[in-house]
Amino acid sequence: MVIYDGSMDKDVYKNIFGKTMEALANEDKDVVYLDCDLMNSFGTHNFWKKNKVQAINCGISEANMMGIAAGLSAGGKKPYVHTFGPFATRRSYDQSFLSIAYAGNSVRIFGSDPGVTAAFNGGTHMPFEDMALMRAIPHSTVIDITDGSMLEAIMRQIKDRSGLTYVRTTRKNYPAVYSADHKFTIGKGEILRDGKDITIIACGLMVGEAMKAAQMLEEKGVSVQIVDMFTVKPFDTELVVKCAKKTGGVVTAENHNVIGGLGDAVGAALLESGMSVRMKKVGVNDEFGSVGPQDYLQEFYGLAATKLMQTTEKLLK
Amino acid sequence: MTTAELKKFAAKIRLETVKEIGARGFGHLGGALSVVDALAVLYGGAMNIDPKNPDWADRDKLVMSKGHAGPALYATLALKGYFPLEWLATLNQPGTKLPSHCDRKLTPGIDMTTGSLGQGVSTAIGLALAQKMDGKNARTYLFVGDGECNEGQVWEGALFAPQHKLDNLILFVDYNHKQLDGTTEEIIDMGDITAKFSAFGWHAQSIDGGDMKAIENAIELAKSKKNKPSCIVLNTVKGAGVPCVAAIKLNHHIVLDGELLKTAINECEEALSKAEAGAK
Repeated sequence: MVIYDGSMDKDVYKNIFGKTMEALANEDKDVVYLDCDLMNSFGTHNFWKKNKVQAINCGISEANMMGIAAGLSAGGKKPYVHTFGPFATRRSYDQSFLSIAYAGNSVRIFGSDPGVTAAFNGGTHMPFEDMALMRAIPHSTVIDITDGSMLEAIMRQIKDRSGLTYVRTTRKNYPAVYSADHKFTIGKGEILRDGKDITIIACGLMVGEAMKAAQMLEEKGVSVQIVDMFTVKPFDTELVVKCAKKTGGVVTAENHNVIGGLGDAVGAALLESGMSVRMKKVGVNDEFGSVGPQDYLQEFYGLAATKLMQTTEKLLK
Repeated sequence: MTTAELKKFAAKIRLETVKEIGARGFGHLGGALSVVDALAVLYGGAMNIDPKNPDWADRDKLVMSKGHAGPALYATLALKGYFPLEWLATLNQPGTKLPSHCDRKLTPGIDMTTGSLGQGVSTAIGLALAQKMDGKNARTYLFVGDGECNEGQVWEGALFAPQHKLDNLILFVDYNHKQLDGTTEEIIDMGDITAKFSAFGWHAQSIDGGDMKAIENAIELAKSKKNKPSCIVLNTVKGAGVPCVAAIKLNHHIVLDGELLKTAINECEEALSKAEAGAK
């Protein structure tokens, strides 16, 4: 059930991750959690202190961690790994590509602090390309977490999923969108708001911004359909086409470079389905990250609701 | 197997490896030949395996991190009965189950996909950890090349394994002193690799990688060491056992056809006859 009213999730996601990770390990002895010296940053430090068999601290060695996870999978285990987004993708890409995916292993990779949520860690820690990289790995799954209920549900759902699954999530919190019992289907988008004039397809951080933009547009008499496309791969082409047919225009919104992410997936899906609709991608326009408070960065890169509203209005003209 | 029988097994592996790469006409022969004696000892009895049941959960596992030595491992596996010997002639042919570099999804008896150097160290650690978590009395054996030791990931793993007391992990370094572009000394001099692993907290030995008895003894000693992983540096020759291949300066990847192939096969057959006489 969609419960969005603009208020933030009460718990920060690192706490939800830590709690859920420990519960999963208790429920299934084959679950193993690996981290690269960021447990204290991701809510898992207490779990590690209690259970050094199922929680493994690899130290600061991301490439090694991805390989160990691959070996654990080949040995029958169900590894979950975490580090900051850029290190979970760019830095250890060949290990994820070959030792995990190509070798037919199943590993759940969590990259925290996606895009501008890296805030004060700045450009070195700010992945705007992680989804593009992970989408390019054959048979991979790529998910951008929308809220805390989704994080817990997806963590549980991917326990027995085969192949490489990449999940990007903030350590902080976004607006609450879903009830705790909401059932998600990986590969299927969620319609959060019905509308007839235009569709905004968003993921992660930008879902909340899209909901705000839709509210502002509604006050101006524009009816906006909102889709939460939390699974960027495999992609829900059917839903995109349905919404485009209904509203005749699509705006995409992602906390990611416009190259290789959600917008490109939507654009390709529309073109290959023979759709000729107005479309605009909102995201980071081929720029590196930089340092500052998240709200400043959202303004700076054009990831705030106001920018999304303006882009949408322009497309409607 | 007795030492004489192991020598015979190694001679057969060499002959089959040469024929296998010869069937394709080119391949990574030098570094395949240098690990053959250690493979003979492992598959000749040191490893706890069941060729009829390659997926047996309690088996020892082997990761050929220097994945280009796959052809030597394939010859070993075929001779042990993991798959028909005829498969060897399909190496690198379209649709083959025997690709240039090891692939766990394609080949019976291959425990890990390798090819991007350094990565097998971490995946072997993962396999060894899983064996420990399951309380299995099983080991993981790992081969890395000397050139491969240029990779940082090797040393990330070298730090991790002692920290986690992985005494079921036995790593072999194939120290043949040659990498693709020349000698290790002129490219990246690995120096005293034994001392390096020892400094990282491993039980480390340095032996003649062509001496069956020395390999057997080193494995037995490694198995007896508790609470730390073991490293066995095999001092080898790139192209070992086939003089016409060993004599080629840059023999990492060579064309193997015509006269060279004939000579190589003759040398292997002679060595096998000698080994057979010795085993009688």
